[in-house]
Amino acid sequence: MKLTQISVFLENRPGRLSALAHSLAAAGVNLSTLMLSDNGEFGLLRLLTPDVEKAKTTIAAAGYASTTTEVVALEVPDRPGGLATVLAAVEKAGVSVEYMYAFAERPGTAAIMVFRFDDMDKALHALRAADIGICQAVKLFER
Amino acid sequence: MIHNLWNDANGTFFPESALDFMPVGNLREVQLQRLKAVTALAYERVPLFRQRMDEKGVKPSDIHTLADVRLLPFSTKSDLRDTYPYGLFAVPMSEVVRLHASSGTTGKPIVVGYTEQDMEVWKQVIKRSLYAAGFTRGDIVSNMYGYGLFTGGLGLHAGLEAIGATVIPISGGNSERQIMVMKDFGVTGICATPSYFIHLIEVAQKMGIDFKRDLKVKRGVFGAEPWTNQMREYIENATGIQAFDIYGLSEIIGPGVGNECQCRQGPHIFEDHFLVEIVDPQTLEPLPDGQEGELVFTTLSKQAMPAIRYRTRDITALETEPCACGRTLRRIRRISRRSDDMFILRGVNVFPSQIETALLKTEASLPHYLIVLTRRSGLDQMEVRVEVTAEMLRDRVGEMDQLQKRFARNIEQITGLHAEVTLSQPGSLPRSEGKAKRLLDQRNLGA
Repeated sequence: MKLTQISVFLENRPGRLSALAHSLAAAGVNLSTLMLSDNGEFGLLRLLTPDVEKAKTTIAAAGYASTTTEVVALEVPDRPGGLATVLAAVEKAGVSVEYMYAFAERPGTAAIMVFRFDDMDKALHALRAADIGICQAVKLFER
Repeated sequence: MIHNLWNDANGTFFPESALDFMPVGNLREVQLQRLKAVTALAYERVPLFRQRMDEKGVKPSDIHTLADVRLLPFSTKSDLRDTYPYGLFAVPMSEVVRLHASSGTTGKPIVVGYTEQDMEVWKQVIKRSLYAAGFTRGDIVSNMYGYGLFTGGLGLHAGLEAIGATVIPISGGNSERQIMVMKDFGVTGICATPSYFIHLIEVAQKMGIDFKRDLKVKRGVFGAEPWTNQMREYIENATGIQAFDIYGLSEIIGPGVGNECQCRQGPHIFEDHFLVEIVDPQTLEPLPDGQEGELVFTTLSKQAMPAIRYRTRDITALETEPCACGRTLRRIRRISRRSDDMFILRGVNVFPSQIETALLKTEASLPHYLIVLTRRSGLDQMEVRVEVTAEMLRDRVGEMDQLQKRFARNIEQITGLHAEVTLSQPGSLPRSEGKAKRLLDQRNLGA
C-alpha cells in the first residue's frame, strides 16, 4: 500500500525549518518521520504524517510550497542481508530506488524503511511476489 | 473578421466612438487646428514654454503643418518637478476644478490640473476606451485602481459611470475582500494594474476560488505599468477573461490616452486629443512609423496644463498596419518597457521584461521574481530571485537544480548575461498593491 509523502521546499535561511515545525505543531499535525535533503542552497523536507490534508493546508497557509509523492514503507528484516533481500526483489523487476530513508518508529521487530521507486506499481508487484512485508498506513501510524 | 463594428463586442453603435472612425484627412485637419491653438496657449500662458520657444526662435505662427511640431522644444518630467506645483498651468487657479498628483518614485510629486472642459474630455476618452474594450451598461465593474491623488481610480470611475456601468469603487488592497466582492457582487469587469491582478489570481487560488467556475468576470482593462504579452496570456489562461491594454499617464491626462479594441493589437491612441511622435531617445530625432523609440505626446485640447512634446520614457513603435476594427486612430505597440526601467549591466542594456520572457519560457506560469543588482569586487552581478510555486516544485533536489539551471540558461540566452538564479519561498518577495517592483539596484550602496 502506497503512502502519501509531502515534500516541502525550504530556502536555506536560518529559521525556515523551525518556523514550519512550529506551524505544524500549532495545528496539531503529528509528524511520523521526516528527512531533509539539500544542495546547500535550498532543501526539500520530506515528511510522513497521518494527517496529510491538514498538513498540506497548514504548510500552504504558513507560506511554503509543497507537493505530494507516493512512497512505500517496507519491513526490512533486522539482520545482516535484510536490506539486500528487499533490493534484490525490485532489482529483478527492473525497478530502481530513487531514495530511501528510515522510518522513525519501530512498531515491531523489523526495521521500517521508506522507499521511493522510479516505478511504484511495478515495485509493489515485485515486493508482493517476493513476500516482503509492506506496511499498511493504519498499522504504521497507530501508537 | 471584425469590420467596422463601431463597438464592438455586440455591434452596438455608440456615438462617442464615432470619432474613432473619422476619415484620416479630417482627423489630421482637426489635429492641425488644435496644434496651432495649443501652441499659442502654451506660448502665451506658460513662461517655461515661451522661454524655450524663444530660445529656439520659434513662434506659434510657425506651425503650418503637423510636421512642424518638430520645431517645438521637448518637455520632461523634471520640468514638472522644477516648476512644482503649478508652474506649467496655463489657466488661473479659479478655472482649475481638479488636481491630481503622481507619487513620483524620486523626490517631489508632480501635480496636474484640469479645467471643467479637461474633465469632460477625459471622461469622453475613457468612455471611448471602455466601449472599445466591450464594456457597456449592465456591466458590474470592480475598479481596483487607487482612488485619490492617482489619476487611475477617479479617472476610470467617471468613465464607467458615464457609460452606465455599475461601478464598485473598491480601490486596491485587501485582496481576499476583492475576491469575495467579485464573487458576491457578480462582477463582470475589472480595472486594475496587471501585476496586482496577477497577485489576485494567486490569492483566489489559495482561497480555492476558480475564476472560470466561480466568477462571472468577462473582461478587464489593465494598465498604469508596462506589461508583456506573456502576462496577458497568463491572465487570460488562468481566468478565462479578455484582457485589454489601457494606456495613459497623468502628465497627458491620466488613463484613456489610448485603449485596445477587440482586435487587441496594441492601444489605439485618441489622436484627436493627443498628437503622437516616436523619437530616438538619445538623439531625439523623429523615427519613421514602425521603428521603436521613445513615445512623445503633445496634448491637443488640454487647457489647464498643455503638454508640448512631452517625453513619456515609454519605449514603443507606431503600428503601420491599419486595424481590422476599422478605427482610423493609429496604434502603438504594447508598451512592455520604459527607458527608465532599463538598467545597464557590464555595458549591456537590459529590460526587466526580458527577464520575464526568460522565466515564462522556462515555466508555463509566471512566477514572482525580483532582479537584484550588486557589485562584488568591482564587478556588477545580477541575481534573479524566483519564487517557487507548488506547480513548479518537484520531489527531487536534482530536478530543482535543473530548473534553476534552465532559468539561468534562458536568461543568458535572451540577455547575453550570466545571472545567478535563487529559488525563494512563496510570498518571500515583496508584493505590490499598485505597480510591480521588479528591480533592486544595490550597486551604489557601499562596497
